[in-house]
Amino acid sequence: MIVTHPTSLIKAVEQATTATDLIAAVQALAEARLEIGIPTLIAVLGYNNPAAAVIAVNGLVQLGKVAVSPLLELIDDYNYGARAYSIRALAAIADPAALTVLLNAAATDFAPSVRRAAAKGLGGLRWSQLPPEQVYPAQAQALETLLSVAEDADWAIRYAAVVGLQALATSKSFTHDLLATQVSAKLDRIVQTEPDLSVKARAQLAQQQLDKCVGSQLEQPSEGGSA
Amino acid sequence: MLESSPGQYSQPGSSSSTELAGGEALTVEQAIINLSHEDLSLRYYAAWWLGKFRVRDTVAIEALIAALEDEADRTELGGYPLRRNAARALGKLGDLRAVPGLICCLDCSDFYVREAAAQSLGMLGDRACIPALTQLLAGGMAAAQPVPGRPHLTQPYEAVLEALGDLGATAAIPLIQPFLDHPVERVQYAAARALYVLTQEPEYGERLVQSLAGSTLQLRRSLLSDLGASGYLPAAEAIAEAAVENSFKLIALKGLLDKYLAQPEAAPLSDSAQRVMTLIDSLL
Repeated sequence: MIVTHPTSLIKAVEQATTATDLIAAVQALAEARLEIGIPTLIAVLGYNNPAAAVIAVNGLVQLGKVAVSPLLELIDDYNYGARAYSIRALAAIADPAALTVLLNAAATDFAPSVRRAAAKGLGGLRWSQLPPEQVYPAQAQALETLLSVAEDADWAIRYAAVVGLQALATSKSFTHDLLATQVSAKLDRIVQTEPDLSVKARAQLAQQQLDKCVGSQLEQPSEGGSA
Repeated sequence: MLESSPGQYSQPGSSSSTELAGGEALTVEQAIINLSHEDLSLRYYAAWWLGKFRVRDTVAIEALIAALEDEADRTELGGYPLRRNAARALGKLGDLRAVPGLICCLDCSDFYVREAAAQSLGMLGDRACIPALTQLLAGGMAAAQPVPGRPHLTQPYEAVLEALGDLGATAAIPLIQPFLDHPVERVQYAAARALYVLTQEPEYGERLVQSLAGSTLQLRRSLLSDLGASGYLPAAEAIAEAAVENSFKLIALKGLLDKYLAQPEAAPLSDSAQRVMTLIDSLL
C-alpha cells in the first residue's frame, strides 16, 4: 500500500481541475479518515458536485463525533445545497449536540432539502449521549417541531416528519408515555386525513414499526425496541 | 413574450410561483375578470394562476375554455401565449367540459398550444380525444422532423406519446413503437414510457433504466420523470442510485409508489411498497 501524506490528500482535492479528479481525490481523502481533512471534506459539500458531496458526507459520517463541531461551525448560510449535505451528515452522525441546529433547520430553513434532512435527523439523535435529565426536554422539543413540520404543504417534508416521528418513538431512550401518546395520535390522524397516498402509507408503516417496538418491549423489557 | 420559453411561469419548483403569488395575489373573481383585461399580460398571468391554485369554479373554467380561442394575445412569430396557458390550466382543473376545446387546440398553428393541449388531455383522462391525438402521429417517423429555425419537431411527440400511454390507447401501440428509434432521446423515452404503461412489458421499463447510464444530466432528469410516471417498480433502485439531484429522485420514487398504491389490489405495506419507502427514507 502506498502511504500518502495527509496534506497531499487535501491538496489533491483543492487542486482538482476535472470532476473525475475531484471525485477520486475526495474518495481518497474520505477513506483516509483524517481529522485534519474534515474542513476540506466540508468545503466539498459546497462545490456543486453531487457525487463528490455524497462521498464527502460518507467520509464525515465515518469520522463521526469528531466531525460534529466543525460541521456545526462551518455550516453554509448562503449555499443551501451545501447546508443540506451538512445536515445529512449531522443527522447520520446523530450526535445530540446538533439538536438546536436541526430544530431550526427543520422549522425555518427556506430550502426543502434542508428541512427534509433535518426532520429525519431530529428523530434519530442518540439521546442516550445526553445527561439523563436533559433527555426528556430535548425529546419534547424535537417532538414539538416534528408535529408542526408534519403539517407542511410539501409532501416530502411531511413524509420526512413521519420518518422522524417513527425514529423518535422507536428509540430506546424514548420512554415517556405522554410523548409516545402524542406520536401515536399524530400518526393515527395522518393515516385518516393525509391526501397523499405515499405519505399515508409511510405513516401506516410507522404505526406498524411502533407496534412492533411496543411488542418487543413487552416481551423483553430489558432490551427495548429497535428502529 | 419569449417564443422559446413558453412555460416560464409554470416551471415546477420554481421560486417565481410563490413570489408572484405573494407579490401579485389575486382573488378568484379578479383572476376571472383579468382573463379579459385589456392588459394582455394580466390575462396570461390570470390563466396561469387559475391552474396553479386549482380554481375549479365554473365561471373560471368557462372563461379558460373561451381563452382557448383567443385571438388578441399573439407573439411576433404568430404564437398564442394565452391559449397555451389556458390549455395548461385546464389540464389541472379536471373538468371534462374542456375536452372539445382542447381537441380543437391539437390543430392550432402554435406548436406550444398543441403541446399543452396534448399534455392536458392526457391528464384529464377522457378517451374521446384518442383519435385526435393519434392523428398527430400521422406520417410516422418520416414526418417527425425538426422544424427549421425552431427548437422543436413538427409535432409535440413527447406529449402525444405520453398522453396516449396515460389514456390507455392500446390501439395506438403499433404507431408508437417506431418512435423507440427516434433520433431525439426524449422522444425515445416518451415512447418507451407509453409502451410500458400500455403493455406492462418489462423490456420497455428496462430500456428507460438502461438509458440512465449513458446520458447527460438533463436527460437523466427526464428519464427519472418518465420512470416515475411509468410505474415500473423494478426501476426503484436504479432511480435511487442515479447521478441526479435527490429532489428529482424523490419525485420519481413517489411517482412509482403513488402509481402502485393507486391500484385497487395494492397493499400499502407490501414488500414492494416498503422497498420503495426505504429508498425514499434514504434520500431525505
